[in-house]
Amino acid sequence: METPVALLLELGVILAALSVLGALARRFTLSPIPLYLLTGLAVGEGGIAPVPAAGEFVGAGAAIGVILLLLVLGLEFSLQEFAVGLRRHVSSAVVDVVLNAAPGAVAGWLLGLDGVGVLALAGATYISSSGIVARLLSDLHRLGNRETPAVLSVLVLEDLAMAFYLPVLAVLASGGVWWQAVLGVLVAVGAVLVAFTVSYRWGHHLGRLVAHPDAEQLLLRVLGLTLIVAALAEFVHASAAVGAFLVGLALTGETATRTRAVLSPLRDLFAAVFFLAIGLSVDPADLLPVLPAALALAAVTLVTKVIVGRYAAFRDGVGRRGQWRAGTALIARGEFSLVIVGLVGTTHSTLGPLVTAYVFLLAIAGPLLTRFAGVLPVRPGPVTEAREGAPPPP
Amino acid sequence: MDVTEVLLPGVGLRYEFTNHRGDRIGVVARRTGDFEVVVYGTDDPDEGRSVFELNDEEADAVAEILGAPRIAERFADLTKEVPGLASGQVEVRAGSAFDGRPLGDTRARTLTGASVVAVVRGEEVIASPTPRTVLRGGDVLVVIGTHEGIAGVEQIIRG
Repeated sequence: METPVALLLELGVILAALSVLGALARRFTLSPIPLYLLTGLAVGEGGIAPVPAAGEFVGAGAAIGVILLLLVLGLEFSLQEFAVGLRRHVSSAVVDVVLNAAPGAVAGWLLGLDGVGVLALAGATYISSSGIVARLLSDLHRLGNRETPAVLSVLVLEDLAMAFYLPVLAVLASGGVWWQAVLGVLVAVGAVLVAFTVSYRWGHHLGRLVAHPDAEQLLLRVLGLTLIVAALAEFVHASAAVGAFLVGLALTGETATRTRAVLSPLRDLFAAVFFLAIGLSVDPADLLPVLPAALALAAVTLVTKVIVGRYAAFRDGVGRRGQWRAGTALIARGEFSLVIVGLVGTTHSTLGPLVTAYVFLLAIAGPLLTRFAGVLPVRPGPVTEAREGAPPPP
Repeated sequence: MDVTEVLLPGVGLRYEFTNHRGDRIGVVARRTGDFEVVVYGTDDPDEGRSVFELNDEEADAVAEILGAPRIAERFADLTKEVPGLASGQVEVRAGSAFDGRPLGDTRARTLTGASVVAVVRGEEVIASPTPRTVLRGGDVLVVIGTHEGIAGVEQIIRG
């Protein structure tokens, strides 16, 4: 076997660069996703340091990255948590869909995208990044806060919406005449419902099938099963990512918990490659023309997400400051907005650069804003005087 | 004392209670097995200030420290003063051979020389149990004697 020196070197340098950037971002409690995107832009075509040899690996790695992202998303699903979220926050979820999908849809229509493009952009502006938000809440020590269940409930209900949205989008994006599309959508929704049923009624049997005390065996079995199902899904023109998601849904209980633990590092690695690939696929020259649209869209959906978060926290009886923390926590968009573009990207040339720029802006703005929302008093008033260390009032 | 349990979807659970001094305390139990203890402030009752974080192993250790019956402390002090004398705790497992049988049936003192000086049953402590005291699964026997004696009692109870 010949060792591909160029590939190893380029890949090594890229990973080392990602690690430095990621560590830097974590240092300031920011998301590393924008930096990964930037790195992708820099090493892509028209960038400053092209990497011809690593391109093929990055492409394959990105495909695996999406599959792992969605597999782990499926593993996170617990019907009990949905039941709780639905009971308390169904109205927050409705406000969320209306306020955050609408700006994307309107923008898509104004930009002259077709129906699939409009639907994709609506999804990209709707879905908060549960990865960034959950990490942020943990890093900022906000898991114990009273507004946190409201934030997490909104995220969980968004994930539920994605369970139906992604298969439908994947089918629509693959094209065909109207009756093929309708049939495809029905099959996709049916598949999700079947996965839910399997998960609910026979999840533990399926879990036993792949469960093994040895981590290596568990990893091989789950990955093997997932990749086979993903390939089959791709073969019938539903996306591979959606197939992986269905596998994740079907696995529950102890097996899901252990699989999540075993897969998480692998997911993080390949997700980084996926963000890199998204950056790679976008030509920096294409970014400038879409920047005004991305900025406008980011500004609008930043405000609408804050409204949703404040509303959800308000419903849980949280005070004004907690409401601001909840609102700002939800701003960050990330992996799933990019997954959506990955599903339709090849057919819509403006969508890739637009959503990349959009995610870039909000993945930076979200963590920054929510960090300061917790520190600064919302409105200087009598409440802050009682603070320790504050000078006594004259 | 009321402990409120709140589901944190995707993350785990949070327990909340107010202690005797009126501090509102929260414990976040994450799915990963880690714990975080927070105290809620007075200026913003919704914001929990993080006090400390524990991994699963540390949390087990803390639970053991806090959960140990207080009676054991006093015996530990006593055994420090008398060299060669030790105290230990032996649990009667549910379904063990002595679950439901009187203490006398174990013949622990006759066989090992160590004495069962108390039986801890949940919140209740039966001090100076008689041979007729009936044991139940989950009871913890407080045993005083030599190290070998305590080990012997443990062996008998375990069957």
